[in-house]
Amino acid sequence: MTSPSPNGKAQADEGTAVGPPEASARSGDRGVPGGRPPEEAALLRTDKLTRHFRIGNALSRQTLHAVDEVSLTIGEREIVALAGESGSGKSTIARLLAKIYKPTSGEVYFQGKALSGIRSRKDRLRYSGQAPMVFQDPFASINPVYRVSHGVLRGLKLHRPELSRDERYAEARRVFEVVGLTPADEVLQRFPHELSGGQRQRVGFAQAVAMRPKLILADEPVSMLDVSIRVGLLNMMAQLRDTQDVSILYITHDLASARYVADRLIVMYAGRVAEAGPTEELLANPRHPYTQLLLSAAPDPRAALGVGAETDRGEPPRVINPTPGCRFRWRCPLAIDKCHQVTPELTQILPGHQAACHVAQEGAEVKAFG
Amino acid sequence: MSSVPAKQEPAIRDTPPGPPGSMLEVSDLSVTYAGDRGAVVAVDQVSFQVDPGEFLGIVGESGCGKSTLLFAIAQLLAPPAAITGGQVTFKGRSMVGLTDSQLAAVRWKDLSVVMQSAMNALNPVTQIRAQFADAMRAHGVRSKTEITDRSAEVLRMVGIDPVHLRSYPHQLSGGMRQRAMIAMAMLFTPELVIMDEPTSALDVVAQRSLMVQIKELQQRLDFAVIFVTHDMSLISHFSDRLMVMYAGQVAEFGTTRELFDQPLHPYTAGLMDAFPSIRGPRRQLTGIPGSPPNLATPPPGCRFQPRCPKAMPRCDAVQPELYQVGDTQVRCLLHEDGMREERITP
Repeated sequence: MTSPSPNGKAQADEGTAVGPPEASARSGDRGVPGGRPPEEAALLRTDKLTRHFRIGNALSRQTLHAVDEVSLTIGEREIVALAGESGSGKSTIARLLAKIYKPTSGEVYFQGKALSGIRSRKDRLRYSGQAPMVFQDPFASINPVYRVSHGVLRGLKLHRPELSRDERYAEARRVFEVVGLTPADEVLQRFPHELSGGQRQRVGFAQAVAMRPKLILADEPVSMLDVSIRVGLLNMMAQLRDTQDVSILYITHDLASARYVADRLIVMYAGRVAEAGPTEELLANPRHPYTQLLLSAAPDPRAALGVGAETDRGEPPRVINPTPGCRFRWRCPLAIDKCHQVTPELTQILPGHQAACHVAQEGAEVKAFG
Repeated sequence: MSSVPAKQEPAIRDTPPGPPGSMLEVSDLSVTYAGDRGAVVAVDQVSFQVDPGEFLGIVGESGCGKSTLLFAIAQLLAPPAAITGGQVTFKGRSMVGLTDSQLAAVRWKDLSVVMQSAMNALNPVTQIRAQFADAMRAHGVRSKTEITDRSAEVLRMVGIDPVHLRSYPHQLSGGMRQRAMIAMAMLFTPELVIMDEPTSALDVVAQRSLMVQIKELQQRLDFAVIFVTHDMSLISHFSDRLMVMYAGQVAEFGTTRELFDQPLHPYTAGLMDAFPSIRGPRRQLTGIPGSPPNLATPPPGCRFQPRCPKAMPRCDAVQPELYQVGDTQVRCLLHEDGMREERITP
């Protein structure tokens, strides 16, 4: 599965990285996105997480760099938004964190323990209960032939075997109420096709919450829903954070919804973190040209007519066999020579606010779009 | 393709007929899906007209009938859907009941449709140029050079290098595919282009650039656009007039600016309050509680009343009509008397 790592770095296969639990202490010097939660409070931390995919046949072997050296942290009871356009690697990160993919190199630490150290079925099951996923498409992610109670009860049976049959049902009722599916007794007996998209997505969250998770990996949970019900889901996510002690990785391409719900924001471009920081700070004061482009492209009916009329051609990033240098350079109006030769590292620009941009790092005013 | 000839029932007209110059006139159009458990009226007596060169936006949630309306206008409905009332008049000629060959003469040439998902609308196993040539040959263009020249020209118009005429759809990015679809719609410079959520599969940056491009093309070539979307914020800067649909009916219809500045229908106001803003103060939003009604069993009275924050006791008894308020039409009893201010009656 894994392809060779680019710089000959240690492969994160299961032999080499068996859980160094104290590893979290040594990353203080490197830019960890957001940086705000102190290291000891980090629930999940990735260290130069990289995932490549081999594409093409034997004659034309190419490597697609889906995720390259991403180091991020998610604190306790925190909503972190991972934003970027399609193909930026945000879903790959979710899958790496959920252990669906194995990293090409780099490591994920959950509560200080390396994920590559998880080997037994029991540990794996425990981890997937602590960090469940909620998927984008509520129409495809629930089994249509069972009542919606089936998925929740089955999850409970698998992940919390200590519960009796009655306790499982009581718990299912509780989580349905938590996510706003009331009257819970009645909704539990419905079939997925009897529920609206928003209700189904709430079922997805209920299934996750039933496992008493520490972190919910939500991959574009509202993008398929109607505009009028999206906000309800976002409010519910904030409520889960506040009442269920859970962190949420909110993957989205919509900066406005990230602003609405997330404590911290990580902007990705072409498999790398472009900019990271506290949401309000970052959006008020974006330092990476790509963040500025995203902001200028966001539709805003409250803005005056004609705002942000300039635009670029939206050329997709080149992530197949990339050469060194900033991956945004072809679209960036500010690109300097250095951008074509050296890949910018994510470094701190302001307290808690990091950007991977040579121009911004040199202290120059970045005003590329918008 | 197949449409049942319209039943000519003299329904009550909600709006005065458009000026004689309107290019497209839709009057009292109703579309019904036949089903085992009874018919579902997906489009319920919708009337509007489109003037040459106009950009009309239609917004609504999924299931509100907006796509069905487009399909009815373009005569693309397939059973079990059928037009059960009203008229579609395009350039003075009724579209309802035209034969397939009569329709084929109109399609691409005077009216073209850009579908939601270009991935599904383009043939995956033929090159782009073959699909362009197909449309041109169908309209009697025989000369190979003419076909190649025009295909290259329209591709350039949407900012795609003509080398991609030899590309297969899967070799293009999502944004390029949508642009290729729009290029194809431009082959004969039609007078009306109908677009069904052409940007919904794209990310924000590509979406913005496509919208700007559509607007530029429209202004340059002066065709009219009917643009259907569920995202009100997207077309706020592009459409001239905006029609808000709810549960198969027109909820509110007026100029885009006026609708955004002063939404009259509680549903429109709710929609505007449903998406967070990227600028300005951060505030708590509520969205609209509940979900749209099942059209097989629409609620009595106003269809929005079960979700409406301003519902009055009368609302579940009286079916509101479209009331004219200034230049805006609104289907809400609060504006029954034609005043902008809400009239509270017990």
